[in-house]
Amino acid sequence: MNMTSSNQKGNHPLIELQDVSKVYGAGAAAMHALRRVALSIDEGEFVAVMGPSGSGKSTCMNILGCLDTPTMGAYLFEGVDVGGLSRDQRAVLRRNYLGFVFQGYNLLNRTSALENVELPLIYRGVSATERRERAEQALEAVGLNGWESHTPGELSGGQQQRVAIARAIVTSPKVLLADEPTGNLDSARSCEIMELLTRLNHERRITIVMVTHERDMAAYATRVIRFLDGAVHSEKQDGGTSE
Amino acid sequence: MIWETILLALRQIRRNVMRSSLTILGIVIGVSAVITMVTLGGGATAKVTSDIAKLGTNLLLVRPGQGFRGPGGTRSTEDMFAVGDAEAIGRDISGLSGVAPMASQGTQAIYGNQNWSTTVTGSTNDYLEVRNWQLEKGRQFTGGELRAGKAVCILGATVRKELFGGLDPLGTTIRLEKLACQVIGVLESKGESSFGTDQDDFVLIPLRTLQRRIAGNTDVSAIYVSAQDGVSTKKVEQDIERLMRERRHISSADEDNFHVRDMQELVSTMTGTTRVLTGLLGAVAAVSLLVGGIGIMNIMLVSVTERTREIGIRLAIGALERDVLIQFLVEAVVLSSSGGLIGVLLGIVGAIVGARFLGVPFVFDPGIVVISFAVSGAVGVLFGYFPARRAGQLDPIEALRHE
Repeated sequence: MNMTSSNQKGNHPLIELQDVSKVYGAGAAAMHALRRVALSIDEGEFVAVMGPSGSGKSTCMNILGCLDTPTMGAYLFEGVDVGGLSRDQRAVLRRNYLGFVFQGYNLLNRTSALENVELPLIYRGVSATERRERAEQALEAVGLNGWESHTPGELSGGQQQRVAIARAIVTSPKVLLADEPTGNLDSARSCEIMELLTRLNHERRITIVMVTHERDMAAYATRVIRFLDGAVHSEKQDGGTSE
Repeated sequence: MIWETILLALRQIRRNVMRSSLTILGIVIGVSAVITMVTLGGGATAKVTSDIAKLGTNLLLVRPGQGFRGPGGTRSTEDMFAVGDAEAIGRDISGLSGVAPMASQGTQAIYGNQNWSTTVTGSTNDYLEVRNWQLEKGRQFTGGELRAGKAVCILGATVRKELFGGLDPLGTTIRLEKLACQVIGVLESKGESSFGTDQDDFVLIPLRTLQRRIAGNTDVSAIYVSAQDGVSTKKVEQDIERLMRERRHISSADEDNFHVRDMQELVSTMTGTTRVLTGLLGAVAAVSLLVGGIGIMNIMLVSVTERTREIGIRLAIGALERDVLIQFLVEAVVLSSSGGLIGVLLGIVGAIVGARFLGVPFVFDPGIVVISFAVSGAVGVLFGYFPARRAGQLDPIEALRHE
């Protein structure tokens, strides 16, 4: 991955949105999902994104995850304009720098935990033995050693989300994007997941951007960004450990 | 990577065993039908060719009448030949290796209390040569026997078996209706002809004996002529036609009242017919391959829809469009070529059984096996590509939202 070979690291924040707008449809029916959002996130931050439904936070996450591109404005990832990348180049960027955790876990059914975690490594062309080793380490990091051969159907929600987190971190990504990771879990499991994310943020210096509805969960973050009507409404620095 | 993709595809297929096997049924039927048809066709062609070789090579058949003339085969003026005609052919036409005038009729062959209904053929020793008959034991006719019309006979294998069973017929006397006849030879068996008639079911006696003592006339109903190797049968045919028109006093305005049939032409006509039939059957079978391919496309499209979420996950965590396309393409190809493999095995078994049933030799043709297996793989690529491309081009955001 040479996409960042020409960047000037240090001068740029890890993630920078420059007046990003996203418009679906055209003319009178146009729907403005994002309106001139400006945002920058530095390496090592733990950011919680909050806001009511339809406020644009999901669209923003899709753009940050390189799954979608802005209609206007620029998204710079380590100084590289993602808007100028092809679909495949964005896939390579996701594969090398980003990890995803979804509300619905999104694991492959009837596939063991270990194989689920190995999946992103397959697309990176990692050899089978190394894949297995790294997947086992990742499962251990989320506290699931001994559960490798279990399929998602045999795991509880909290365990499934841990497998998903293991899958996201197995590639040692720079950024972990979590879309309501605790949305389907009870409060005890939710706290465990948040503690796990906090630990990864501290120990591995993985930058985390997390969408959540719950204040309790947002409290784990070092910075909270609120969206309203497609724009950043307010920002609050928590004064956490990573700042 | 490609090996892992194949393993992944196999696992996916195993998850839906029922559906997968129904899907490949079309390919299985198509491939096995193609192989069975083409192999049996090849066997039939081989049989026809070898049968005609048994009939005699470079063989021409001269018969009175105008040959096949529409329904009923009206033979207007059926003037039989005489022995003189055959002698004239042998004398005046060059490049011949044998001329055998013959006449035959149905008869009852009797030995002891055994009784067999057969055909008695009167001819000369040339008959054995032009029709490619080998003596299993005994001898041919002598010149004296032929000239004098002696009561001697040579038995076809079927007649010998029916009358004598395991006994040695040489030297014994059988009766052909009222004629007592000494057996001087036995012919080797040729088996069934391609028309399904038993070629071994006849008794050969000198032509003169037949004419005088059985038929009571001097008719010759056909003349077999064989050309020497390297002599054009076409030219011999023309020479005979010219000679016979002269001898039978046919004016240039009139049509022939006899016909000459070149057996070589019969060979090419019959093998040609067999080939056309094989081609047609093969084509029908190939259509079922096409139908099988459409079945695979259908099931792959269903599979892509069902697994939209999985595709979304793969794309989100870094699979390229190409990775997903290859995954589904490989799945389609694995599906179709496993159908092809089963079809090849079934087709070979079917051809062996069919060959035994139809009495044609089993001629194994590796070419058609390779071709039909390759076609089954190609069907997978062809009909799997569209669904696979559709999978690869899915929008990951939409795909992840899919329930």
